[in-house]
Amino acid sequence: MTAINVQNLDVWFGSVSAVRSVSFSVAQGQSVGLVGESGSGKSTILRAITGLAPDWSGSIQALGQDLHGAARDRSFFKKVQMVFQDPYASLHPRHSVDQVLSEALHLQGMDAISKRTEKLLDDVGLGPRFRFRYPHQLSGGQRQRVAIARALAGEPEVLLLDEPTSALDVSVQAEILNLLTDLRADRGLTYIMVSHDLPVVAHMCDNLAVMQNGSVVEMMTADALRAHQAIEPYTRELLAAST
Amino acid sequence: MSEQTLKQWLLSDAPASRMQARVAGLYQGWLRLTSNWMTLTGLLILTALVLIAACAPLLAPHDPFDQDLLNRLKPIGFDDHYLGTDSLGRDILSRLIYGSRITLYIVALVTLIAPVVGLLVGTVAGYLGGWADQILMRTTDVFLAFPRLVLALAFVAALGPGIENAVLAISLTAWPPYARMARAETLTIRSSEFIAAIRLQGAGPLRIITRHIWPLCISSLIVRVTLDMAGIILAAAGLGFLGLGAQPPSPEWGAMISEGRRFILDHWWVATIPGLAIFTVSLAFNLLGDGLRDVLDPKDGGHG
Repeated sequence: MTAINVQNLDVWFGSVSAVRSVSFSVAQGQSVGLVGESGSGKSTILRAITGLAPDWSGSIQALGQDLHGAARDRSFFKKVQMVFQDPYASLHPRHSVDQVLSEALHLQGMDAISKRTEKLLDDVGLGPRFRFRYPHQLSGGQRQRVAIARALAGEPEVLLLDEPTSALDVSVQAEILNLLTDLRADRGLTYIMVSHDLPVVAHMCDNLAVMQNGSVVEMMTADALRAHQAIEPYTRELLAAST
Repeated sequence: MSEQTLKQWLLSDAPASRMQARVAGLYQGWLRLTSNWMTLTGLLILTALVLIAACAPLLAPHDPFDQDLLNRLKPIGFDDHYLGTDSLGRDILSRLIYGSRITLYIVALVTLIAPVVGLLVGTVAGYLGGWADQILMRTTDVFLAFPRLVLALAFVAALGPGIENAVLAISLTAWPPYARMARAETLTIRSSEFIAAIRLQGAGPLRIITRHIWPLCISSLIVRVTLDMAGIILAAAGLGFLGLGAQPPSPEWGAMISEGRRFILDHWWVATIPGLAIFTVSLAFNLLGDGLRDVLDPKDGGHG
């Protein structure tokens, strides 16, 4: 079964067109990477799926549900969640970890919120010590763990990852990537991961789409990428730049 | 719990409960507030003002309305009139003490109206955008176009002179700047990722505005209000001076200056002493506002 199906997606901001007729589909449990340099429209695709970029045409289906415009209902937010690029910007500066997680749990209609908050923290590798801290008392990696815990609050099936490690140190990057890999294995999550980092995508994803100037130039499997079997010149260029 | 461990508990980097996190946050804010002696001075003056207003009947040596025409315009230190008497022989110190109640009343009334209206209008306009923004902000512009004293005159003409109407007039002209400030902050906050994240959890506009935008707007609003408070006291005193605010025999400080103006060359203290009181309170609010800005500014990484 397909988790996310995107057909002929065009997204624009005012008169600027950011994504041009992109089509791809992600099977449930699969992990797909969107790769490209900055400005190639990869994050915009995630924002169109979640309704944060309201002006788009084409068709998007999420777990069998047709999406229209910018409005998404609760059942969508329960199944599809997003982790943002910058953990310094994605946590409310005046809300403690406890507030962040219990509000997400409350909004997702969960019960036993206190218990679940502890469980979530445990799942992302943060102990109860961190529960009542504020974002400024956490490091970048810890913040990103909290952001991941928040995304997991409603027990979603699809996680959209918008360059989840690009704002972090290299050593912390590896920790977060391992955490994401473990979570996917434990919960059978479907990932769409946006990154400009080919090795990260090769590590995390089964398939990947290479984007340039708002269009997908090549779709390939991670195995093909590792075997350097890129066909398009742009992909070869990217590969050469990253090795 | 001994004092040392209480302090450690308050300054802990890893609070163990919601309550500890909150109390520790307040305590650290308090430490930062009181570490600046100028802010502390402002805070002490305002605390003193509140205490004086609360205990006015106990502190005042005379009845503030008690006239004694034989002892009018007596200098400072005359008999038991420590700050002299005014043109009707009323004790200036007692009038000053009772006048602090009026000053606090003005301050409380304006802070109850202007920032609240401004915050509501500004955040709703900023978050919703589009038509709501246009309607609310153009209304704000209309209010911004009213000159304060002219509006006060209109109010006095329509509703009769009095401190309430003066405060109403001040509040009606004071909220638009708060609305604009709240809107500007909301515009930057609403595009941030933590708002996008909570929207993706299914939060509606009401929850986002009240729980996520207000906490970030309120701190700069408090600072702004505290700094504006001096201006508001001066405006109220100015209205009193023009005879549009507090009416005689009310011991409002501006009205006291107005009365003393006639004798300013021969009996300087009658106008000077209430003037000094206004100056002191305005200064205290400004000092406190500066300190609060350091404590509350979210851009400094602090938290409340």
